[in-house]
Amino acid sequence: MSSKLKRQPAAVSILVVAILVIWMILAAFPFLWTLWGSFKVEGDFFSKADWANALEGALTVAETGGKYTGSGFYGAWVQEEFWRAALNSIIVCFFVVTISLTLGTLGGYALARSTYRYAFWFLLAALIFRAMPPITLVSGYLPVFFDWNLWGHKSTTIIVLVAINQPFTLWMLHSFFKNIPAELDESAMVDGCTRFQAFRNVIIPVMWPGVITTGLFSFLLAYNDFAVTTMLLSKENQTMIPKINSFLGTTQTKGNVMFAVSAVVSVTAPLFLMVLFFQRQIVGGLTAGAVKG
Amino acid sequence: MKHKSFFWFVLPSAVAMILFIFLPIISVVVQSLHVEHQQVIKTVESCDLFGCRESTTIDQEATAARRAEKPLGQFAGLTTYLDRNHIAVGEVGEVWERTNTWRDFGAQMLNLPFYKAIGFTMTYTFVVTPLVIILGFIIAIAVNSALKALRGPLIFFSLLPMMITPLVGALILFWMVDARGIFGTMLQYLAGDPELSVKASTPLMWIMLMVYGVWHSAPFAFIVYYAGLQTVSQDTLEAARVDGANRWLQIRHVVIPHLLPLTTFIALMQLMDNFRVFEPIVSFSANAHATSLSWAIFNDLGGETRQLSSAAATSVLTIIGVAILLSPVLVRTWRDFDRK
Repeated sequence: MSSKLKRQPAAVSILVVAILVIWMILAAFPFLWTLWGSFKVEGDFFSKADWANALEGALTVAETGGKYTGSGFYGAWVQEEFWRAALNSIIVCFFVVTISLTLGTLGGYALARSTYRYAFWFLLAALIFRAMPPITLVSGYLPVFFDWNLWGHKSTTIIVLVAINQPFTLWMLHSFFKNIPAELDESAMVDGCTRFQAFRNVIIPVMWPGVITTGLFSFLLAYNDFAVTTMLLSKENQTMIPKINSFLGTTQTKGNVMFAVSAVVSVTAPLFLMVLFFQRQIVGGLTAGAVKG
Repeated sequence: MKHKSFFWFVLPSAVAMILFIFLPIISVVVQSLHVEHQQVIKTVESCDLFGCRESTTIDQEATAARRAEKPLGQFAGLTTYLDRNHIAVGEVGEVWERTNTWRDFGAQMLNLPFYKAIGFTMTYTFVVTPLVIILGFIIAIAVNSALKALRGPLIFFSLLPMMITPLVGALILFWMVDARGIFGTMLQYLAGDPELSVKASTPLMWIMLMVYGVWHSAPFAFIVYYAGLQTVSQDTLEAARVDGANRWLQIRHVVIPHLLPLTTFIALMQLMDNFRVFEPIVSFSANAHATSLSWAIFNDLGGETRQLSSAAATSVLTIIGVAILLSPVLVRTWRDFDRK
């Protein structure tokens, strides 16, 4: 590749470098800026006087004595009990991922192996369901959930998120299972296994790369969801994203917007680590659908 | 696979989808045709020393009984659809009578909540989608011609705007373009107007929301195109080069045709996702300047008075919109399958 780069005329190289530098600034700078700013006081992060205050923290020094302050994090996590929301998020994400993968692997496997026409119709229906904006479904849940006292519980939200997740999970796992040769489980069935035994003993040991990738996306859906969690969870069961939104409503008036800033940084950190460790799987998963497309 | 084993394997996810996606859609349709019961008013005559007076009170018992008898509410047909908050037939007719130019008519229409929402949703969808495709393509070409050792970190940082929670990503940008934030100050400096504020201006707010949309989705197009670029046939490129094609001609006649099927895929995913634009409007608290269909439903559902019927009607109209957007794709998928 380096030889290819040398063959480029200088103007092209400069253009490429310029595009990459601008894009890197656009993509990464907002995160670095917010991370840096979360350790300052509000007067510095939103500086009326001089934008450079946010870098040097003139008011932070004046108000707290140090160049950095953890007061935003303390206020959010301890005072406003963000830890409770974090715990709820962990519970919701864990169950959503495990349940969607269990249902998804069974369904995706069957869809990949069936040669009948109804398997195609099933996938097409799933594609239509995938296109439904979740908030339209929420307006269908609410009256029923209120009547049957299902509203507000974590378990209801988990099941709803699993269901909303299913179309995507099925499509993704279906294309992964298509890549596992059918001879593998068929030979096991010739040897006397039932369909389920073949699935358990032959397919499960080799399916993990696809399952991990799909699991990452299920996790993202549950972790990032706002529409469903904000409408279906009661105050004490709130996950992190609706909690941040409620900070904006209550704390902006109190002048504690820094709580929201540090909560935002806290929510971003796990995503950052996830991309760092699973970059290859994420890229693979995003392109899996396209290559089939 | 045998019918029976297929059935048992698919059953759990089929039940989940029927219960929580299919039935809610039906319930939304039914609900949109009903309105909540009116409270039963009764007239009570109360007599005291000074004579008798009639007063009206709400008959709680009768109201409860009426609700229990028909929990869905009163059948209203299409009235919810036609009222001022939705298709607003009466108001549209009035505006049509009152205005003389198309421009004026359009401006007046944007005062009606439903048309305001659909106006922004459509603009957002059809501006952001092409921009995402173009920007993603440019980044993919640039990253692909970078040194191999640099590509890992480049991809890592490129993924961040997409992986971030939409609500959170929009907040991060919103704080930066705040009049007291770094971009906001920069904009004021560039425009030479110290009072400039994105929050206060409708056009700036629309632009900012779309900038967020492109920022958030461009990585998706980039990754898909980048993967596609890895499979461009080197032989064809070599042949084009031998025939004297320069870099631009190579891209124009070899790379772009190779990536065209991927473009359909990206466009489909982006149309579906952009049509449901919602979180940035909440994060930017933009509802005074721009609303979307999803936001309108959210707004009806939230708050003290839950306007379930109104939300349901908007939901049905949104679902119809999604169906129209999706129909070309469905037809294509179906034809592809038939050919097989």
